Amino acid sequence: MASDTGASYGSTLRYKSVERIKAVGKHSLIGASGEFSDFQEILRYLDELTLSDHMWDDGNSLGPKEIHSYLTRVMYNRRNKFDPLWNSLVLGGVKKGPKGEEKYLGMVSMIGTHFEENHIATGFGNHLAIPILRAEWREDMTFEEAVKLVEKCLLVLLYRDRSSINKFQIAKITTEGATIYPPYSLKTYWGFSHFENPAQGAVGSW
Amino acid sequence: MFRNQYDTDVTTWSPQGRLFQVEYAMEAVKQGSACVGLRSRTHAVLAAANKAASELSSHQRKVFRVAEHAGVALAGLTADGRVLSRFLRSECINHSFVYESPLPVSRLALRLADKAQVCTQRSWKRPYGVGLLVAGLDETGAHLYYNCPSGNYFEYQAFAIGSRSQAAKTFLERRFEKYNDYTPEQLVKDALSAIKETLQGEKLTSSNCTVAIVGRKDDGTMEPFETIDAKRIQEIIDSMEAAEEAPAEPSAMQQEEEGTDAAAPMDI
Repeated sequence: MASDTGASYGSTLRYKSVERIKAVGKHSLIGASGEFSDFQEILRYLDELTLSDHMWDDGNSLGPKEIHSYLTRVMYNRRNKFDPLWNSLVLGGVKKGPKGEEKYLGMVSMIGTHFEENHIATGFGNHLAIPILRAEWREDMTFEEAVKLVEKCLLVLLYRDRSSINKFQIAKITTEGATIYPPYSLKTYWGFSHFENPAQGAVGSW
Repeated sequence: MFRNQYDTDVTTWSPQGRLFQVEYAMEAVKQGSACVGLRSRTHAVLAAANKAASELSSHQRKVFRVAEHAGVALAGLTADGRVLSRFLRSECINHSFVYESPLPVSRLALRLADKAQVCTQRSWKRPYGVGLLVAGLDETGAHLYYNCPSGNYFEYQAFAIGSRSQAAKTFLERRFEKYNDYTPEQLVKDALSAIKETLQGEKLTSSNCTVAIVGRKDDGTMEPFETIDAKRIQEIIDSMEAAEEAPAEPSAMQQEEEGTDAAAPMDI
């Protein structure tokens, strides 16, 4: 999972070091777009959930599927009360089941729409990144190949989404646990000839 | 147990620190007809001895499916048992609705125990007069719990409740150490044998017992909680009796093996 580390306040890029992907329990990662304070509230709910699950100490633990279902209920109920949590949530995880390792990736929207897919994106990512993922994703990618693919999407978003910043975080979840890598930047190129003298020949300019 | 001046209210302690009404409720469990439960690492089996009020009526239903992954067998006041089964079903459904996964059996047993405990601490309530054997499957394997009217519950490898259950318990005590590695078929046979012990002379047939099983096969697919149908039960009973008759002497002493693999010695 990857995201940039920016949080805007309207059109102002207010916070530039925000972690938008967090580990949940032993088996899952949650990433969010939208209203950051609502995301913090959701993290508190998940904290309560995972804590009481941990306190049972009975060998059972909440997997990504259970957390996805729980979040769907929460989001849908809030929408029905006309008081939504204004977020798009991405839930990913890996858990050992009776038939082996089960990988899970899904999303929940602010109105409670939810589904499971091999590639998920939020916001502009739905328009810019999903087409790339649909063309180039394969079931048997290595971690390094996946990072390269994700970076390709992040770069497109960086160029084209006005509210994105050049500081990204990658997060990985396996049966061993969650790893959230430190932030880093991608190399961008702005030296295209068309960007020089952009107003030349424009109507009203001289 | 004799009547005494501390046994009128459930909220009255005796000087020895006993709640007699709760203990009397546990006596009600002993009046019900027998139930046994046993489990291996992957499967759990419940069996009940059917008792009919008269020859004209149908027998009491004692084994209830609570969810796809769990069920109960009860002994005692069956009306109380029905109400508690409904509660267990609704707990499982509520959990599945929010989490889309089965409620772990230990958590189900705890909710049942907490509900029973409430009735031991309210002056306007009475304890539930039913003991439940809760059997189910979750990600940590197969489980068997016994919930009693006091609100206590324990996990068991094998257990028996109800009238003449001591005979079944004695039978199970001799064999339970191997149960973790038993196949589902072996578990069912032992459950039937345990029920047979409680019938004390009466012939075991598919019409006077009910057996249910839940578990996970070796390939990971789940076998949901289901009552085994009467025809199949009769087949198993018949095969058990055939195996018992063949080696006539070691049948009582050598209870270590399951008793089915000994071939009939026709050439003696």
